[in-house]
Amino acid sequence: MRLSIVKRQEPLPGGSFFILAGALVFSLSISALLLALQGKSALGGLYVLWHGAFGAGYALVDTILKSVPIYLCGLGVAVAFRMQIWNIGAEGQFAMGAVGATWAALTFPEAPAALVLPLMFACAALAGGAFAFIPAWLKTRLKVNEIISTLMLNYIAILFLDYLVYGPWKEKRSFGFPMTAQFSDAAVIGGIGGSRLHWGLVVCVLAGILVFVMLRFTRLGFELKASGSAARASRYARMPYDALVWTVMAICGALAGTAGLIETSATVNRLQPSVMAGYGYTAIVVAWLARLNPLTIALAAFFLAGLRVGVENLQLELQVPAAFGNIMEGLILLSVLAGQFFQTYRIALRRRAG
Amino acid sequence: MTIDLLIPLLAATVQAGTPVLYATLGEMVTERSGTLNLGVEGMMLVGAFAAFLASTATGSPWVGFVAGGLGGLGLAAVHGLVTIVFTGNQVVSGLALTILGSGLAAYLGTPYVGANTPGFGHLPLPLLADIPVLGPVFFRHDALVYVSYVLPVLIWLLFARTRLGLALDAAGENPAAAKAAGLSVPGLRWLGVLAGGFLVGLGGAYLSLSYTHLWTNGLAAGRGWIAVALVIFAFWRPGRAVLGAYLFGGVMAFQLRLQASGTVLPSSLLLMLPYVLTILVLLLSSIRGRVKNAPAALGANVEPEG
Repeated sequence: MRLSIVKRQEPLPGGSFFILAGALVFSLSISALLLALQGKSALGGLYVLWHGAFGAGYALVDTILKSVPIYLCGLGVAVAFRMQIWNIGAEGQFAMGAVGATWAALTFPEAPAALVLPLMFACAALAGGAFAFIPAWLKTRLKVNEIISTLMLNYIAILFLDYLVYGPWKEKRSFGFPMTAQFSDAAVIGGIGGSRLHWGLVVCVLAGILVFVMLRFTRLGFELKASGSAARASRYARMPYDALVWTVMAICGALAGTAGLIETSATVNRLQPSVMAGYGYTAIVVAWLARLNPLTIALAAFFLAGLRVGVENLQLELQVPAAFGNIMEGLILLSVLAGQFFQTYRIALRRRAG
Repeated sequence: MTIDLLIPLLAATVQAGTPVLYATLGEMVTERSGTLNLGVEGMMLVGAFAAFLASTATGSPWVGFVAGGLGGLGLAAVHGLVTIVFTGNQVVSGLALTILGSGLAAYLGTPYVGANTPGFGHLPLPLLADIPVLGPVFFRHDALVYVSYVLPVLIWLLFARTRLGLALDAAGENPAAAKAAGLSVPGLRWLGVLAGGFLVGLGGAYLSLSYTHLWTNGLAAGRGWIAVALVIFAFWRPGRAVLGAYLFGGVMAFQLRLQASGTVLPSSLLLMLPYVLTILVLLLSSIRGRVKNAPAALGANVEPEG
């Protein structure tokens, strides 16, 4: 008898669910082990994590709010990944969107909300989209690898944001803290009906519907998918590969930029370095876990936002470093990647011939 | 007069370039055997922390150095498991590895932030150190810098002169032909991934044991990604990797000196230089039109057999 690997005729039914469950159990076990390594209660820690994320109304609201930027970035990343364009640049596009929106808010402090908010949305989407054009241009014209260029641009964008809040945009009365002046009330995205949940959520729903419709029902969506799965064939079919690259980068940049705007305006009410919390990288995890599907991205974003909020709770109650969240994100993604193997292959016991 | 300013700058260039050189060579070995591992940044960080921990625990920086390599190797093994055994997407696995590695280093390292470690001291080489100009630039560093002088030659020899090197290249260029020739492609790819991870880990070890002598979070600061870019710049050849690494070392050293000299330029703009240079370097190598030298099967997994 020996083990052998056999390709499945059809993907394992309900496979995604089993894989995700298995990956979660595996990642949680390793995480619990790491907690125990630092002398913390493993099960107690996981409970604090869960309770902090989903255990109470207040926690749920926090989690929903945190899913907003993650969802928008994840949506953008997924559009690019569908075409096998490995845009890792959501983080930088997020930063530029925040910068663009802040420029509008600081330049027109007296303007009414009806003017300044649309302007901020336009600036954020344009800034994020234009910033994403740099790697698109580099890729299509000069064949520069987009993984590296988008990553380097992330560092550059974050440093540019730092430059602004430490330098020209710094609030004079901030006692040396790197931050801009607080936005005028008109430039702040408010709560829905006085609750803590703000209108950014509605933006997410609209963006989700738009992207879903685009991917599912338009020629563009079909071309993206085709260019991703069979680049050469799609070129023979005269699909405009370069134009598609520009399009997905613009969409991703605009979405990530909008996320930057919402985080700056609705959550922090001003620009400061802490708006950069790595949502752009979490977005990659989210997009892949959700298999690039706009609807499941919402679930994955909610789940990973919960993880972040839960880790904040762990930090408060058990003094666990925030990096714990990164470990869990990495583990979940890696184990799902490995687990997907079992959707296409199965292990069979085979009697040795003869 | 200018030479007095230039020599310390060049010496600092070699120092700043060394960790990038280790990491670039490591990723190069991995990529030539057909696996793209974008987890370099994460492996460097884990290597840096493992080196710090082992050196502190044993008091021996050499033990730390090897531990750094093993740290990188350990994380690379995860990538090998996901991509070679379970045929997961190499790009995504590498990204996840970076997230995991930077998380692990920061999580395990938090209690030690600011702690010192016994690191490598300067070890001027007899005779060589006294050569004018070349002496102070190249031969008054610590032992790890000297190791990094030998490494590119060894790797060049490996690929140019040995059967093993040929086999590794075959696994990266044409796995089907390699298999037909009786080679074990998964075995070769494992070797490439693990050996590369070890070298990247050594680069991380250099950061904590030679560069800072203490533990801080985020020690790699993008050097891992720069290494990934330099492999492309180097056209997958060890000699050009040296050139690229020192180019970067130069910019980093220059940027630090400029900051220390109290320039009016804001530090956030100066810090952008290495990242801007990375993009420029890729741009230049692609203008010269030779980017096609990537191993033909780089990034493509091999189907498991029945």
